[in-house]
Amino acid sequence: MTGTMTDPEPILQAAHRLGAQQAEVFAVQSEETPVRFEANRLKEINARQTNGVALRVIVDSRIGFASSTKPGDVQALVEAAVETAPFGPEAHLDLPRDGQAPDVDVYDPGVEALPVDQMIEVGQALIDAVRAVEPELLCDGYVRRGDSSVTIANTNGGMFTYRGTGYSAWINGTLIRGTDMLFVGDGDASCRADLDLKAVEGSVVSQLENSRRTAHIRTADLPVIFTSLGVASALIGPLSIAFSGRMVHQGQSPLVGCLGKEMYDSRLSVCDDATLPYRPASRPFDDEGVASRRNPLIDKGIVRSFLYDLQTAGLAKAKSTGSAERSLAAQPSISTSSLLIDEGEMSFKEMVGRVKDGLIVEELMGAGQGNVMGGDFSGNVLLGYKIEGGEIVGRVKDTMVAGNVHEALRRLVAIGSKSRWVGGSVKTPPLLFESLTVSAK
Amino acid sequence: MEGAPDREEIEAAIRGHQADYVEVRLDDTATNRIVYRGRELEQIGRTRSFGGNARALVRGGWGFVSFNEPTWLRQRVEEAVSAARHVGKEQSTLAEVQPVVDSVPLEIKKDPRTIPVATKKGLLDRYNETMLSVDGVTSTNITYSDSHKRVVFASSEGSYIGQERIDVVSRLSATARKDGDMQQASMSLGALNDFSYIETLDETARHLGERAVELLSAPYVKAGTYPVVLDPILAGVFCHEAFGHLSESDFVYENDRMKEIMVLGKRFGQPHLNIVDAAAVPGLRGSFKYDDEGVPAQKTDLIRRGTLVGRLHSRETAGKMGEKVTGNARALDYRFPPIVRMTNTYIEPGQMSFEDLISGIDEGVYARNWFGGTTSMEMFTFSAGEAYMIRNGEVAELVRPVKLTGNLFTTLMNIDALGNDVDFNQGGGCGKAGQMPLPVSNGSPHIRIQDCVVGER
Repeated sequence: MTGTMTDPEPILQAAHRLGAQQAEVFAVQSEETPVRFEANRLKEINARQTNGVALRVIVDSRIGFASSTKPGDVQALVEAAVETAPFGPEAHLDLPRDGQAPDVDVYDPGVEALPVDQMIEVGQALIDAVRAVEPELLCDGYVRRGDSSVTIANTNGGMFTYRGTGYSAWINGTLIRGTDMLFVGDGDASCRADLDLKAVEGSVVSQLENSRRTAHIRTADLPVIFTSLGVASALIGPLSIAFSGRMVHQGQSPLVGCLGKEMYDSRLSVCDDATLPYRPASRPFDDEGVASRRNPLIDKGIVRSFLYDLQTAGLAKAKSTGSAERSLAAQPSISTSSLLIDEGEMSFKEMVGRVKDGLIVEELMGAGQGNVMGGDFSGNVLLGYKIEGGEIVGRVKDTMVAGNVHEALRRLVAIGSKSRWVGGSVKTPPLLFESLTVSAK
Repeated sequence: MEGAPDREEIEAAIRGHQADYVEVRLDDTATNRIVYRGRELEQIGRTRSFGGNARALVRGGWGFVSFNEPTWLRQRVEEAVSAARHVGKEQSTLAEVQPVVDSVPLEIKKDPRTIPVATKKGLLDRYNETMLSVDGVTSTNITYSDSHKRVVFASSEGSYIGQERIDVVSRLSATARKDGDMQQASMSLGALNDFSYIETLDETARHLGERAVELLSAPYVKAGTYPVVLDPILAGVFCHEAFGHLSESDFVYENDRMKEIMVLGKRFGQPHLNIVDAAAVPGLRGSFKYDDEGVPAQKTDLIRRGTLVGRLHSRETAGKMGEKVTGNARALDYRFPPIVRMTNTYIEPGQMSFEDLISGIDEGVYARNWFGGTTSMEMFTFSAGEAYMIRNGEVAELVRPVKLTGNLFTTLMNIDALGNDVDFNQGGGCGKAGQMPLPVSNGSPHIRIQDCVVGER
């Protein structure tokens, strides 16, 4: 990597001199190289180098914050952080002291060594393979490698640093007939230079095959299957926000007071895990230096834990779960790492076979709108299929699905027996729901 | 720009490369941000985002390099040129433009940089308290930011442009909760180069608090197809999501089937429909003097009397399609290359009063206010912040927030009446290709759409 790594020590000292009782430096240095394809061919090669530092200070028990990507901006950075502190929130955190963290493999020198030409070949091969099945498909996509170093240092003597790599590929295809537009796509991500591109190809090809015909669906409450892609696109957002310790502490989560209670179908287990080797969301410690761990969220339908960063844990009299995540531009906030839903009993084929009249959702568009905090999801089915008499009969259009994730997960018919990773940080099987509101034109 | 290479250094760095085109953009942005959740002020801080990029075009292929350390600028440009050479296998096509040398002064109305943090916090405290004082409101969320951005752009064709802007953006949100049910009412607001709207949000805050509580006892709309009347804010979002994105030529220029769909002269709506994108209209969030390729801002007719007459271009898409540049190449910040984006996009007003718009509707939905929206070009979906039933030609009971979806082509045709009012939504930020939130505005009169699919939530 190029560029100079920020030395946290002078910043911590300057903060101390300006009256900070505690201070914490978060420094990131990263280099990312995406090669981008447009209209079936290579369009652009990028190189993105990022170097920046964020500073949190505690002055008279209040938190101030500043960040900068301007090299050598130490004095201005420290002054800005200290100046904001009198208006900042009261500090309820104690910055971590030592470097005890699990070994989590997130670095692969093979990624750094990947030649750009090989990335171009990988992307072009994927596009060519999918177009062999549907020559009229117009594909965009990217193949990206990245390498980043994170350093967290604080005035309690905590010093945490690690280096991680990332490799990912994604392909989107558009097929237009008249004014009818079909969108397909999938991808894979890892910290290692070993993507399963055959699976990506297979997934896109099956999307194309299921969409050969168009089917009309009626407005009704119908059984709905969310594929792994569908679960990730529509349900994970409204579900995971309810487990944010901050939402719970503020009374905004529908799960307030539900710890230890059976809120979901007893076959449902969900956990958050930042320790899995070579997953893009894994790390030895979170962005405050707290050791990573596996956090069970739902265990056989019972709500087991919420996720915390240091400040929220302090407010809620809980412990940090190593769930702090931050960019350079903002203070840490609570986030899931890798989210895993346990596999169930039923194969996808059996699921489809059980449905007389229903819908399969691969991607829901606009799912992040509406009352997400309350668990609502709804959107236009960007890619989905109609089931008739236990068989997929074609793609649906002009169709919306709506529901509440907390209600729906109480009324599960079946959990799929095979899960897969979606977008690098969610691993889920398909889910079959008894009944959701489907509206169609 | 302090700490950055000066004009001489920049021009030396971009001169004499084996490339068809080279540009450098430097960006220095200072942002102040305040976030409340409930009674607690959750975050206050100041961020400085400083960096630059070099972009090069060789035989139709692009190379792009971004960085925080603006040293060795010539070397960065060389890296971009060499990446571009790796890609390029065809011919470079950029629409011709006149090189521009200009320095655009900040036209500030009320400058947030002159307002003490204590004053900003005092105002937000007051709005937060107003929302929380409504009986039934259990929580709130306020985000506020002001952002001063300075950009320098230089190209191998001789352009050298300095521009500045200040965006003042806020979002207020109230949450009410009862027996496990939860409802939210929110409003996003924004202004270019002007802090003053932040000083007068008392009524907005009270309305949001009361609305969140009222929604707890409001029924869901029965999902189905209705005649729908949209207020100017939501109609503006519709115009942006449903039609605006389709008029971005990077979706079209290399796609023969899209070219057929978007052929100029094709009928998209009734003769009363006129849609415009205009960065050249001053003082709105999407306004600027030059885009991020140094092309002067314009006013572009997209739909005139129901017919497609224009689209939005970068220099490359204009060149490849043999059309005129429109000045719509924009980049979120130095980390991204410019791509085709909207600016201020609006439906021009018609003749009808609001009463006339709703008078003929036996059962319909009056949807107000923006909550969000997205599009896949053919299909769009957007959600309203508030909704009422229309019964027997009058606005009737409040219902829970609705989501509207449909096929763009039929829906534009189904706009059968336009109001005589017009208003702009300035609180939105547009996202595309990972670049979000880009400042835009959208506007419209009240509009009526027949046969619109309405979903609950």
